[in-house]
Amino acid sequence: QDVSLSTKKNCIIYLAGQALPEKVKIVEVGPRDGLQNEKTIVPTETKIHLIDMLSASGLPVIEATSFVSPKWVPQMADQVEVMKGIGRIPGVSYPVLTPNLKGFQAAVKAGASEVAIFGAASELFSKKNINCSVDESLQRFNDVMKAAKEAGVPVRGYVSCVVGCPYEGKVAPEKVAYVAKRLYSMGCYEISLGDTIGVGTPGSMIEMLEAVSKEVPISALAVHCHDTYGQALANILVALQMGIGVVDSSVAGLGGCPYAQGASGNVATEDVVYMLHGLGIQTGVDLSKLMDAGAFICRTLNRKSNSKVAQAVCKL
Amino acid sequence: MKNLIPEKKQKTKNTLILRIHPLWFCCSLEWYSSPLFLFDIVPQTITGHAYPKFVKIVEVGPRDGLQNEKEIVPTGVKIQLIDMLSGAGLPVIEATSFVSSKWVPQMADHSDVLRGIQRAPHVQYPVLTPNLQGFQDAVAAGATEVAVFGSASETFSKKNINCSIDESMLRFEEVINTARERQIPVRGYVSCALGCPHEGHIEPSKVAEVAKRLYEMGCYEISLGDTIGVGTPGSMFKMLQSVMKEVPTSALAVHCHDTYGQALPNILTALQMGVCVVDSAVAGLGGCPYAQGSSGNVSTEDVLYMLHGMDIETGVNIAKVIEAGDFICNALRRETNSKVARAKGRTL
Repeated sequence: QDVSLSTKKNCIIYLAGQALPEKVKIVEVGPRDGLQNEKTIVPTETKIHLIDMLSASGLPVIEATSFVSPKWVPQMADQVEVMKGIGRIPGVSYPVLTPNLKGFQAAVKAGASEVAIFGAASELFSKKNINCSVDESLQRFNDVMKAAKEAGVPVRGYVSCVVGCPYEGKVAPEKVAYVAKRLYSMGCYEISLGDTIGVGTPGSMIEMLEAVSKEVPISALAVHCHDTYGQALANILVALQMGIGVVDSSVAGLGGCPYAQGASGNVATEDVVYMLHGLGIQTGVDLSKLMDAGAFICRTLNRKSNSKVAQAVCKL
Repeated sequence: MKNLIPEKKQKTKNTLILRIHPLWFCCSLEWYSSPLFLFDIVPQTITGHAYPKFVKIVEVGPRDGLQNEKEIVPTGVKIQLIDMLSGAGLPVIEATSFVSSKWVPQMADHSDVLRGIQRAPHVQYPVLTPNLQGFQDAVAAGATEVAVFGSASETFSKKNINCSIDESMLRFEEVINTARERQIPVRGYVSCALGCPHEGHIEPSKVAEVAKRLYEMGCYEISLGDTIGVGTPGSMFKMLQSVMKEVPTSALAVHCHDTYGQALPNILTALQMGVCVVDSAVAGLGGCPYAQGSSGNVSTEDVLYMLHGMDIETGVNIAKVIEAGDFICNALRRETNSKVARAKGRTL
């Protein structure tokens, strides 16, 4: 047991002997997950400008769009134009969602060099959301994984409802571990664990992460916390303490919660970056440029930012 | 005997190991004398954190919260709010403030409020008393616990209460000595513990110095306030490390503002360091006077949600706090600042 308590500059060392990560990779999901949950359809040019501003702020990964059928997600109908229109910065990844082989092929044709697939830890959620069981959904992804491997395209896996489901309620950590392991064994390089309805607390978060980390290496895990109950930053903090070094967030906290009308959804990237920088953790992100991007999209959507940092800084 | 060693949470693993106590590097010298303190045999979780089994919530909504609301709230409404909060199981409810109504018009009805509330047994109703006059008025109105407010920032002290930190300590000494004669406990607050709107960065050692003075003068508990909410787990850790050298952890509380969304992770950090008293305000009442339109106090509902989710007991019924929050938000004609209240009110 490592009981050394060496202090790194500005780092908090906790008892487990494990320091907080020196660097955290932020995966910015605003342009996809965020906008997908906004009612107002955003013009293509605006989406492109938003992504370009986010690229300029230093974010290493920006989820650009989703190759789902526009029938289901009208907000993402301009997927090809967005993909072709953005200014791609070297070293920055622009993953896109691909729910099936057709979407994958369209994505690659439009220039995608990284894709993402979505599984659920809850059977009911899977049925209601994509009309099939968890196992069936993973089967569907086999085609995508095969094609991606052949094309040399990395695939990120998402697991939703990791600490709670709007239909099933509590979700067993073992189930989350099972789905995460399947995605990882299928070839996903990273698994993002999503608290889809934001009900998690440090208690349920730790329980779930303990179960998942038995099946998937911590270095391949990310957390995707929703702030519906205000718990996101606390949940992210305990995840960092367990060694997780990848955090998903959304500029200006874009994207409400479809299961609690009017409530917030994604955690705001600005608030996450503020906390990480306060801990001395590097992100590569320029907070003021990030806030510019947030201010831009909020003006366009004619809504207030969900980021408390943005709200505070603008009013001082 | 104060509980110096935080209780371990029993989780999936129960491996007994010998480990160095997490607080050894930040405790005062007297604690080293106990060999049990350096090493203890406890059940170990993967993350290795110990959390208190019980956290005392100090509800500051009726005073700190309402004081920062623009609308003057009728006395009857204040009394009903406090009664609803008493019914929710909160152990401490800051009822009002005996400052001059010239400075804080919201608290002009202090005596009426204190006389009008139904005092639940085992619940404390501390009131602010900035000076001896206020203290005497408070006692005349039936107060059985009072609080004094110091600052870790000289500039803030001068701008807020028109005197230096040292001068304020002299005033408080009068209050504390008189309170001691009457056997009335005094709680001490230190504001700007993690940053000052005028001075910016505040040295942790300064916070420790002020906390120590209040504690040694006789305050039974010191509440460390992140007045402008700029703190993060990083600065919270450093500040607590410093303060814990001078004041026992069991006598510390954290009073976090959520202006930058950092309150819950800051509270979590404090809990990991052994602090087990948390100040909060129902519905997150009270904005931030230094960042207009921004939030101030952390919401009691959101704190409870986190604590209960970690199996930490509080004795508080969250549903009843949400009801009290709904009541006061209706009266103030404003939306709640609590994300939990907002989510629960709208869940499909």
